[in-house]
Amino acid sequence: MDLPHQGFRATKQRARAAPSAGDAVLFDDTSSAAPGMNSQGFYTPAYNMAGPSNDMQGAPGVNNLFADPMASAAMMYGSSLANQGKDMVNKEINRFMSVNKLKYFFAVDTRYVLKKLMILMFPYTHQDWEVRYHRDTPLTPRQDVNAPDLYIPRNSAMFSPEVLGLCASTALVWIIIEVLVMLLSLYLLTVHSDLSTFDLIAYSGYKYVGMIFTVLCGLMFGSDGYYVALAWSSCALMFFIVRSLKMKILPSISSDSMGMGSNSKPQLRLYITVATAVFQPIIIYWLTSHLVR
Amino acid sequence: MARDKTSFASMAFTLYTLIQTAILCTNAIAVLHEERFLSKIGWGVDQGVGGFGDDPGVKAQILNLIRSVRTVMRVPLIIVNSACIVLLLLFG
Repeated sequence: MDLPHQGFRATKQRARAAPSAGDAVLFDDTSSAAPGMNSQGFYTPAYNMAGPSNDMQGAPGVNNLFADPMASAAMMYGSSLANQGKDMVNKEINRFMSVNKLKYFFAVDTRYVLKKLMILMFPYTHQDWEVRYHRDTPLTPRQDVNAPDLYIPRNSAMFSPEVLGLCASTALVWIIIEVLVMLLSLYLLTVHSDLSTFDLIAYSGYKYVGMIFTVLCGLMFGSDGYYVALAWSSCALMFFIVRSLKMKILPSISSDSMGMGSNSKPQLRLYITVATAVFQPIIIYWLTSHLVR
Repeated sequence: MARDKTSFASMAFTLYTLIQTAILCTNAIAVLHEERFLSKIGWGVDQGVGGFGDDPGVKAQILNLIRSVRTVMRVPLIIVNSACIVLLLLFG
């Protein structure tokens, strides 16, 4: 009774090799494979397949991997171990950065990216700068052009180190420094804004778009073109940053804000916004000037 | 390209530089002694928590920051500094 049954199981197992190995921990495959195999892990498959091993080896090698019961048992053990490791890594990562917040920043589409790039380069005609909300959570960038995203800064930060010859670590260091300075100044002045760390990273990364544009113009049109492009993108970026951050940092005039939001002196908040905006072209100039001498 | 490399020699910030800077700054904040120094210049803990309104002010925030950095980073700084000393002794 055992031998043909085991032979039948072996062929079924080989036929379902790919899905059963991958889905071992997703659902209990109670069809053809041994019922205890997926849930009990290591010992049951070894026990089930150790018996008729000579029968399996007698069968022609349709699938050499499963001709050896120890290998298939080890593979199942390995896949369950990998899944455990993956869960553990996910849990650890979720303690440091919440992946859902990251997903919010990358939920963009083409229309949003094009509109955002146009606003970055030509912000003077954009009317409404308020980030739209939907029941207290900010809308994703797909629905709201004003929402910060990380897609554009990430791509331009990746391209700009290559274009500029900077190694990516220097650009990363500058991002980190700038975000830390912003966070420190916001904390010191007790600005109770809903700017999270990732928002600041996003806003800091927008200047790389301007940097790429400036460098390209500088390469194409010589040093005059570089200075013109530098002035243009600096003004555009300063305008963009001031208008974007004004809504978040400075006391909002909307009716549903409490009066406590503006207790620290408003001119200090204004100084922060303006200083951030002025800092951007300085950094752009410093990081790109060596290329267009 | 060679010109880029040489002109970048002064600006090559690596991640290692950033870590070094962070360690040095944290050490600098941690060595500000409460009684011997901060109280003498009017930055002690009793002088910071003046108004309990909802606006602590810049000075109170800075004092709070110094005190919390001292409290939180005391033990990790010991570990990190010891590791740095050992590594620098071994590898220059």
